Amino acid sequence: MSTTPLTRPGAVSGWVHSVETGGTVDGPGVRFVLFLAGCPLRCLYCHNPDTLHMHDGTPTLSTAVVDEIGGYAEFLKRARGGITISGGEPLVQPEFCAAVFRGAKAMGLHTALDTSGFLGKHADDLLLEDVDLVLLDIKAFKESTYRRVTGVPLRPTLEFAERLSVMKKPIWLRYVLVPGLTDDLAEIRDLAGFAAGLGVVERVDVLPFHKMGEHKWKALGRRYMLSNTPEPSAELTGRVRDIFRAEGLRTA
Amino acid sequence: MDTLLMDGLAQAPEQQSVAEPWRAFAPGVWRRSVDVRDFIQRNLTPYEGDASFVAGPTARTTALFAKVSDLLKQERAAKGGVLDADTERFASITAHAPGYIDRELEVIVGLQTDKPLKRAIMPFGGWRMVKTGLEAYGYTPSPKLEEVFPSLRKTHNDGVFDVYTPEMLRCRKSGVITGLPDAYGRGRIIGDYRRLALYGADFLIKDKKAQLTSLEVSRIDEDILRLREEISEQIRALKELVTMAASYGADVKRPAATAREAVQWTYLAYLAAVKEANGAAMSIGRVSSFLDIYIERDLRAGVLTEAEAQELIDQFVIKLRLVRFLRTPEYDQLFSGDPTWVTECLGGMGLDGRTLVTKNNFRMLQTLHNLGPAPEPNLTVLWSEKLPEGFKRFCAATSIKTCSVQYENDDLMRAYWGDDYGIACCVSAMRIGKQMQFFGARANLAKTLMYAINGGKDEVSGDQIGPAYAPITGDVLDYDEVMARFEPMMEWLAKVYMNALNAIHYMHDKYMYERLEMALHDRDILRTMACGIAGLSVVADSLSAIKHAKVKVIRDAKGLATDFEIEGDYPAFGNNDARVDDIAIWAVERFMTALRKQKAYRNAMPTQSVLTITSNVVYGKKTGNTPDGRKAGQPFAPGANPMHGRDKKGAVASMASVAKLPYAHAQDGISYTFTIVPGALGHTEDERVDNLVGMLDGYAAQGGHHINVNVFDRATLLHAMDHPELYPQLTIRVSGYAVNFIKLTREQQLDVISRTFHDRH
Repeated sequence: MSTTPLTRPGAVSGWVHSVETGGTVDGPGVRFVLFLAGCPLRCLYCHNPDTLHMHDGTPTLSTAVVDEIGGYAEFLKRARGGITISGGEPLVQPEFCAAVFRGAKAMGLHTALDTSGFLGKHADDLLLEDVDLVLLDIKAFKESTYRRVTGVPLRPTLEFAERLSVMKKPIWLRYVLVPGLTDDLAEIRDLAGFAAGLGVVERVDVLPFHKMGEHKWKALGRRYMLSNTPEPSAELTGRVRDIFRAEGLRTA
Repeated sequence: MDTLLMDGLAQAPEQQSVAEPWRAFAPGVWRRSVDVRDFIQRNLTPYEGDASFVAGPTARTTALFAKVSDLLKQERAAKGGVLDADTERFASITAHAPGYIDRELEVIVGLQTDKPLKRAIMPFGGWRMVKTGLEAYGYTPSPKLEEVFPSLRKTHNDGVFDVYTPEMLRCRKSGVITGLPDAYGRGRIIGDYRRLALYGADFLIKDKKAQLTSLEVSRIDEDILRLREEISEQIRALKELVTMAASYGADVKRPAATAREAVQWTYLAYLAAVKEANGAAMSIGRVSSFLDIYIERDLRAGVLTEAEAQELIDQFVIKLRLVRFLRTPEYDQLFSGDPTWVTECLGGMGLDGRTLVTKNNFRMLQTLHNLGPAPEPNLTVLWSEKLPEGFKRFCAATSIKTCSVQYENDDLMRAYWGDDYGIACCVSAMRIGKQMQFFGARANLAKTLMYAINGGKDEVSGDQIGPAYAPITGDVLDYDEVMARFEPMMEWLAKVYMNALNAIHYMHDKYMYERLEMALHDRDILRTMACGIAGLSVVADSLSAIKHAKVKVIRDAKGLATDFEIEGDYPAFGNNDARVDDIAIWAVERFMTALRKQKAYRNAMPTQSVLTITSNVVYGKKTGNTPDGRKAGQPFAPGANPMHGRDKKGAVASMASVAKLPYAHAQDGISYTFTIVPGALGHTEDERVDNLVGMLDGYAAQGGHHINVNVFDRATLLHAMDHPELYPQLTIRVSGYAVNFIKLTREQQLDVISRTFHDRH
C-alpha cells in the first residue's frame, strides 16, 4: 500500500498562509495557530492583508497539517492549549477546516475556530461538532457600520451567533475598538445586550485598534485608510469593557 | 582599626551556651558521616502551597539595600565599572580584616575584602592578567607584589604556556578554540557549602584527616601523592575558614544551631571560596531548601517569624549580589556584564517522588520582588511537570516581572544526577560535593566547517591552522563531499582541543588548586572534562543550505573560499523541520563521539555543552562568511538557539527543534534563550502566567534541557540603551545567565536586540 499523503483517506487540499506554533492570544493556553488564506471581508483595519486571497497561501494537504500538529500534540496538551484555525477567513475553506479539526480532535486536542461568522453557513453541524470554541469577531452592531468596516452585510454573522447559541457552543467574542469607526457607545451597548442574550459567550476581548499591520498594506501597494486614526485611549477601552461587564460578560 | 572592638561585641553572644545544634532533627546516617542529602531527605518539609505567605522586606533590609544601591550606582559610574581595588596584598581566606556595609543593619555578615565592592588580587591564575586588570581600571599594584610574581612564584598561566604546543597556540589565536581558562580561574566547582552549617569545621577536618589516613597505602604513586597533598591543603583551608569566620564573630568549628547561623555559616563557607578563587563561575549550589529545614525548626519553636526568615534570605542575597572579581577587559568581552554565576538551584523533585520545593525556594524568588531584579544570584529553577502548581505559578510570575530566572529540566537530569545536584555556571549539572568539572570553554564548530572547506586554512587570516587536508575545489558545494571533509576536521579539532584542556587543568590543579571548594567535596569524586561547541545553528543551517539549496563558492585571489552565494531556499534550524534538525543532532553526536575518543586528564569523563554565554558575539567576530548566508563578523546565535530571525514558525516550533538535541551527548547542558513580548504571552497577567507555565511544561515534556525566559519588548531595550540611568536594575537573560543590560558592551546590547523576539499577537 502506498503511504503517500495523496492516497490517504480524508486528505483535503487547502490554501495555507502560515503557521504560528506559540500562539497565546487565540484561545486558551498555548496554541498551534493555522492561518488560512482567503477572506471575503475587506476590513479597513485588517492586520493580515497578506492573507486576503486564497492564492496568497500555499496549497497544503490537510493530512500534512494534521501530521505537523501531531508533532506538537503533547506540548499543546501540557500547555493547556490546542489548535486554532484563523486566517483569512477559515470558512472560505470549510472542508479543509473540517478535516484538520477532525484530525486534531482525534488526538484529543482542544480546537478553536477564529471567524467573522460571515460564512457561518459554510460550517455544517458536523464541522462544528469538532470545534470546542468559536472566536467570533463581531466587528460592529449596526448594519451600516458593519458594511463600512468590512464591505459585507452583518446579518449572516448574527445568524451564525444565534445558531451557535442554540447549539450551546462556547463563544469568545472579539471586538476591535477603532476611534471614529466602531466607538459608538450606544451601538456597543446593543452588541453587549445581544451577546449576553446568546448565553454562550464565555468572554469578550475588546481589542484596541493598532497599526501594526500598516506596513503590510504598504508592501502590498494598497492604500491604508486608517493612517490618521489614533489608537483608542486606555480610558475609552476601559469604558467599552465596562459596557460588556455591565451585561454580566467576562472581559479579559 | 576598630575590628578588635567589634570582634568583642560580636563574639559575646556566641559564647553563651549554644543549644544542641541537631536538636529536633530526624536522625540518620548523616549524623555519622558527611551526607547532606540524607539529612535533607529525612528532615525536609515539602511545600505545596502558593506564594501568599511570603513577606516583604524588613525596614532593616530596605535601609541596607538603599546603601547597597548607592554603592552599586557609584560602581557603575566608576572607570570600567570597578569601584575599588586592592593594590597592597594578595587575596586569601584570611588576608582581609572583616568588612561591613553597615554593621547595624547587617543580619548576615562577611565581605570578600575589607570594603564592599573592593576587588581583591588573586594572582595564581596569572600575574600579568591581574596587573593588566588593575591598570585597565586605573590602579597600580604595589611594587612589593611584583617581587613575588613572576620571579618567585609561577602561576597557572605561566605553566600552561610552558607546555602548550605550537598547534594549540595556533588554534587559540585563530579562534577555532576560544575562551579557554588558561588565563583566568576555571571555576565551575561547587563546594558543598551546606556542610559547614550542618557539621561545623571540626567535624569536617576530622573527616578529611581520616581521608588522609585512608591514603596511607602500600604503593604511594603520583596519584596518591597528589591527593594527599590536596587533602592537606583542604584541611589548611578549613582552618583558615575558621579563623576568618571568627573575625566576624562566628564560631564555625561547631555546627550552626539556629536558622540565622545556618544561613551565616553557609555564606561564610561560600565567602571563603570567593575570597580565594576567582573562578569564572562560582556557583553556590542548592542551599535554599537545605536552609529551609533550619528555618522551619525555628518557626515551629516560635523563635523566628516569617518576616525575620525573609530578612535572613534577603540579606544573604544582598551579599551574594556583591561578589566581585578583578578581571581584564578581554575577559569582559567574552563574558559580558561582570557575571559571577552565583547559581542557586530551586525546586526539583526527589527520587522518592516528593517535591523538594520548600517555602525557602519562594523566599529566594521573593528577593527579586523585595530587592528588585538582579542577575545574581543566578536563580535556576529545576523544573518538573510534577512541581506544585503554586510554585510553578510564582516562578512564572517572577520571570515575567523580572526576567531573572532560568529553568532546567529536572525530569531529564534527575535520571543522570540524582536529586541533590546543583548547576555550575549556566547549565552544568553536578552532584553536590561528589562531582566537579574541568571547564573547557568551547570549540567553534562553524569555523571548523570552514576549515573543512578550505583544507585547514583559516578563512579570515589565510593561515594554515588545521591539517592540510585537500580543500574543496568545486564551484558548488556538494553535501557528501563537504561531510567527508568535515568529519576528519572535527576529529582533528577534538584531539587538539582535549589536549589543550589537559594541559590547562593539569596546571590549574598544580598552581591554582581550589582547596576550600574541594575541602567541601568527598575524597573520591567524578570529574567531567566539560568541552563545548559554539555555532551549532550556523553549522546546521550551512549544511542544510548545501544539501537542500545550491551554495556557490566565491574564492579570493589565493583560492580561499571566503564567501558563498545561495540559490533557492533551505530549511533552517528552529522550525521543527527534521531535514535540518537531524543535521544539528548529528553534529552534536558526531563531535561528542570524537571527544569520547580522547584521553582526558585525571581520567575525567568527556562531556560537552551547547552554550556560548555572551561569547557568541566574539566567536562571530572571528569567523568569516559561512555557507548559511551569515556574513563575516556577524554574531552566532547564543547557545543552541536558532539563528536570529530564521525561526519563522513561532516559539513552540523553535523550542521543539532545540529540545531534539540529545542531552545524552551534551551532558554539560544545552542552552536556549527565549524572548517574548508581553502581549504575545497573553492578554492579562494571569493568562501570561498560565501560558508561561504551560510552555515550560511543554518544553520539559519534549526533553528540552534549559531555557532562559525574557519577557519584554524591544522598545524597552532601545530606550535603556539611550537612557541607562533610568534602568539601573534592568535584567535580562542571555545564554545561561542573567546580566544587567546596561552593563553589556554596546555590541552585545545590539546583539540582544537583534535576536528573535516572539511577538506575533
